[in-house]
Order: sequence, then structure tokens, then C-alpha cells
Amino acid sequence: MANEVALTVNGLKTYIYTNNRCNRALDGVSFEIRQGKTLCIVGESGCGKSVTADSIMQLLPTLSRIEDGEITYHGPDGPVRIDQLPRDGAKMRAIRGKEIAMIFQDPMTALNPVYSIGFQIKEMLKYHTGLGRSDRHSKAIDLLRSMGIPLPEKRVNEYPHLYSGGMRQRAMIAIAMSCNPRILIADEPTTALDVTIQAQIFELMDTLKRDHGTAIMLITHDMGVVAELADDVAVMYMGNIVEAGPVGKVLRNPVHPYTRALLESIPVLGRGKDQEIKAIPGQTPDPYNRPKGCQFADRCAYRIGACDQIPDETQVAPDHRVMCWRYEEFAADAAE
Amino acid sequence: MQPNDPILKLRDLQVHFPVKTGVFKRVTGHVRAVDGVDLDVRRGEVLGLVGESGCGKTTLGKAILQLVRATQGTVTYSGEDGETELTSLDDAGLFRFRKRLQIVFQDPHSSLNPAFTIFGSLEDPLRHYGVKTREERRKIVGDLLEAVNMRRESMDRYPHEFSGGQRQRIGIARALSIEPELIVCDEAVSALDVSIQAQVLQLLMELKREKNLTYVFITHDLSVTEYLCDRIAVMYLGKIVELCDAEDLYANTLHPYSQALLSAIPVADLDKKSRRIVLQGDVPSPVNPPSGCPFHPRCRYVVDRCKTEVPELRRFKSAKGEHMAACHLIDQPLAEQPLRTESP
Repeated sequence: MANEVALTVNGLKTYIYTNNRCNRALDGVSFEIRQGKTLCIVGESGCGKSVTADSIMQLLPTLSRIEDGEITYHGPDGPVRIDQLPRDGAKMRAIRGKEIAMIFQDPMTALNPVYSIGFQIKEMLKYHTGLGRSDRHSKAIDLLRSMGIPLPEKRVNEYPHLYSGGMRQRAMIAIAMSCNPRILIADEPTTALDVTIQAQIFELMDTLKRDHGTAIMLITHDMGVVAELADDVAVMYMGNIVEAGPVGKVLRNPVHPYTRALLESIPVLGRGKDQEIKAIPGQTPDPYNRPKGCQFADRCAYRIGACDQIPDETQVAPDHRVMCWRYEEFAADAAE
Repeated sequence: MQPNDPILKLRDLQVHFPVKTGVFKRVTGHVRAVDGVDLDVRRGEVLGLVGESGCGKTTLGKAILQLVRATQGTVTYSGEDGETELTSLDDAGLFRFRKRLQIVFQDPHSSLNPAFTIFGSLEDPLRHYGVKTREERRKIVGDLLEAVNMRRESMDRYPHEFSGGQRQRIGIARALSIEPELIVCDEAVSALDVSIQAQVLQLLMELKREKNLTYVFITHDLSVTEYLCDRIAVMYLGKIVELCDAEDLYANTLHPYSQALLSAIPVADLDKKSRRIVLQGDVPSPVNPPSGCPFHPRCRYVVDRCKTEVPELRRFKSAKGEHMAACHLIDQPLAEQPLRTESP
């Protein structure tokens, strides 16, 4: 089941409407998530990473719409078009949480403060499994124990405010993992946590991937996290995936100027004080006032006339694609 | 004044906050945010202060500026007019020194007053420190904004009109406005996107070269400190556990906590995949710090001595000047290091 595709997203366009204006948050995004693999989606704030996750989970805000494209979940009973399901319909609710689970960025706001941790885990089990009351309780304790929470018998009845940040995030992973989902979507799961706690969470996610063959989609802005965890990586910029491929290819031989600039702009541990970092000039454009062609053109050092048109997605290799008019030069450059 | 003379000397600095409970607000304990720190900040250096959240790095930064008052211990500033003990001064006495020590805050969204224009926020310190006429202040503010790569005209706009990176640059401009000698940067780039972070880091380095500044750079990001800092102090539960030259910290990590911290950082380099040392549990509460070495409940090398005896910050031999660490298990001669031989 190693290379089995768990979810396909094809040409996804999600627009968000506010004040009579339209933010084309996702403008044609395609990727697939494979069983037992980690896909990292990396980009800066506002590039559409979280909207991608929310589209898959059908958790978008009310004033937004999937305008075009397909989200296909390859479940055990054949493919399901998630984008065509009603948001709150029985089918979607059966998939959400059971088949596709999600970990949110901020465990403090994602957990309900007036219910105990145990209640929130058991709630999932109640709706998605046929377990009885006492089975649910012992399963909740088992889950907390497997997440490395000390004294789970006592902790299961405690409320979120008694948990530390790392423990809350582990409790949320316990909720997400309670029904053994086939796909786990993690939206910046460790951004609010310290590095030592982050290491614990990553260890946990690695175990899940190995032992359960869970397909993981990890959203992050940290290239370090990508290098550590990803099998595949998709770099997003202003609603497009500008470059995607296996992590070795994208990080070693990036062919999109944005990926290259991003990698050059971060200090890398172990390279010492003399390393050169290059800032990317300017800032991300206003989503309501986007450039006409390539979204990165205004900040790009390699801009040419053709960049006034949106470049097509081109395959550099069968598993490596890019959206840039001049990718061939960079590919040749990288090959040297 | 030699370039390497200490500009600040902290001796046994402690900041404790009372914990109050119940209707009568009885004091039931103390959060030992900073618990006995000895540290020299040298003139012209960038000193990194790293550690996890809750380790007291921000409180230490604020205690340097006397924004929180020390419970015990001293902060001594030495300038052209000799040494002054800042901890003993009252607000009026501190006025003179506020000009020399400034801070850039972490969150660029909450550290600028939304009701003031940028000029309004930036002219305040100038007015207090003797720039009398409005024209002069406008000129200086304009120059400052240009120094941080922003347009002069931005001064008449309001904070909400700027992006996070721009606001952080305005925060830096404000800290620079009265020409301080030392700036405490409290997580100055942590809230920014990576591409903007590099812009601000480069700006900070340029300004340091031009104006001969000293930085105390507080951060949890060890990749940034390696790039930026001359010396690094690693803090854990209110104490400094390792203090050394920046390159030395990465090449020759002595304290087990620093080793774990370094190994936990995801490195954006596929060829440098390191083994993670995963620490168990969380940072203990600073209200009831563990006995002995504060790190012993999470330490891999813990022995009985660690549970009872508080390790002193000891000096070790190093090619790069002094290397201090607080651990019982590092033996004095550099050749015998049980920590390094045991590590995988």
C-alpha cells in the first residue's frame, strides 16, 4: 500500500468573498497525497496553505466557494468527490474525522475549554465507531498513553487549561488519531511550540506514518521541517503551487526562482557566521490587487517580458513540476 | 573605552514574581523568572540569549532595561562617565540611561500605538530627549525611516497601513531614534515570514556596523543566533546553563540541554540530517523548580549528584575564549568529556 494514492486534488480553485471583493485564495492547485508518505506544503503567510487544508476538510468560511476543480478521496469504497458533497451532509461528516482527520495550529483555541480532554476524544469515538461507553473510556486512556501523556487515567478527566502547550497538541493528535484515519492533515502543528516539544510531536507523527501507513499532509513555513519530515514537497505562492516534487529534488535542485530565493533567505544551522543570506526584496502582493501574470514577478530577479502572462505548469521530470517561464535555464544550472 | 570592555555587568541578578491566590491575594509562592544570572555584555558585540518559552529570557531582557525591577542583584552600566548601578536608581535617575538602552519588541502589531501616526510614535522619545522644534523632529524621523529602508512620507500614516515587516522596521527606527548604545531585540524577527525575516536581519547587521551598536538578541531560533551572534547564552529555568562563543556552541556543545536543543532544530539541509535527542516531558514550573540541577528531570545523563547539588557555571578551556557551562558531569580537562563520548 506504499504508493497508493489516498487523495487527489486537481485544478482546485477556492475563492473567498468579503466586502464585495473576491480573493482568489487558491487559483488552480493540484497535488496528491500517498499512503505512508508525508507531503509538506510550504509557503509564507497568506499563500493559501491553510485554505487548501480547509477545502479538503470542507471547513471553509461560509462566504467562500470551491469554484472549480476536483478533490477526490480514494477511500476503501472507491473514489469520493469531496468537493461535490454538501458541507454538513451525512457523507461528509462520516469522512471528516474518521477517514480524514486534522490537527490545527493552535491547540488552545482548537480544544473546547469547557469539556474535559477525555470527553472530546470520546465524542469522536461515539460518532465514528460502534464502541460502547466503557470501551470508549478505556480507548481514550489508551490513546493518551500512546501519545506519551503521563498518568492518562487521571489526565483523561482534566480540562485543557491544565495541560501544557505540548500536551494539548498531543491531546489534539490523540483526537485526530482516535479513529485511525487514512489521511492526517496537520496545519502548522508545531508553530506555537518550543523546538524540544516540536521534536516530540514529529517523533510521534513519524511513528504514525510508519505503523499505520497514514498519509500525512503537513503544512508549514519552516524549510527545516520540510527537510526533516517530507517525502514530497509543494511550494506555494499566492494561491499557486509554484514548484512540487520529491524533497530531494526540490531542495537540492530548485528550479523556481521563489524556491531558490526562499532557501537562500534562511540561515541554516551549522553553516556558521559567514554564511550569506539573501533577502527577497519587497513583500507578497495584496491579494485583492494581484499582479496580472506570474505572481512572483515583481520580486523576481529573473523577470522577463513573458512573465506578464501566467506560466503553465510544466514537468521538469515525471515527478517534478514547476510554474515558471524560465525554468529550463535553472534546470540546466542545477544540473551543472 | 576599549571595544571589548563590558558595557553591562549583571551580577547575581534575580527577578521573582509573586504568585497570589485566593480572595485576599495571599502570596503563596514566587515565579523565579530570572534566578541568579551573572553575565557581561561587551561593547560592540551581539549577545544571543536563547532558550524555550518560560526560561526567563524576555524577563532578563526587560530587567537589563529596568522595565521590570530586579528582586536581587545588580545591573551595572559602564559608559564614558564611569560605572552606574542601574538597579539602585529611581525613575528620575534612570531617565539619563534610558537614552542609551533601548528595546525592539517581539510583536510589531501590538508595540505601536494604533491611534498615533508613525511620526507621533517616533517623535515622542525625541521630544523627551531635547529635540525642541517640530521641524527638526520631522527631519530626524524622516532620516530614521530612510535608515530602515522605508519612505520618508510613511511618517504620516498609521500602523495599520503597514505590513508586519514594515512595522518591525518602524520599531527598530524608534529604538534607534535617540541613538542608543545598546539595543535589546526581544524576538525581533520571530513574528515575521521567512523572506521578510532576512530583510530585517540584514538591516540590523547594517545598522550595527554603521552606528557601532551592541545588541542583546533574545530568540528561540538557534539558526538565527548562529548567523547573527558573537556570543550565545543558553538559558534554562531562569539560569544560564551555557555561555560561549557562538561558533563554539555549535562545534563543541558542552551542556546536555544545549545539545538537545541544537539537535531538536529542523535543519533546512538534506545533507545534515542529524539524530534528534528527544527530551521527555515539559519545562518544569518555575514556581517549584526541581532541586539540584534544574535540568535533571529531563537529562539523559542524570546521576544522583545532579538531584541535590546545584551546578555552578564553570569555565572550560576553549580555543575561542571562554566557554562556561553549568553541569557537574563535564570534567575540567577538555580531553575528558563523558558527555561527548556517550552521545550517539
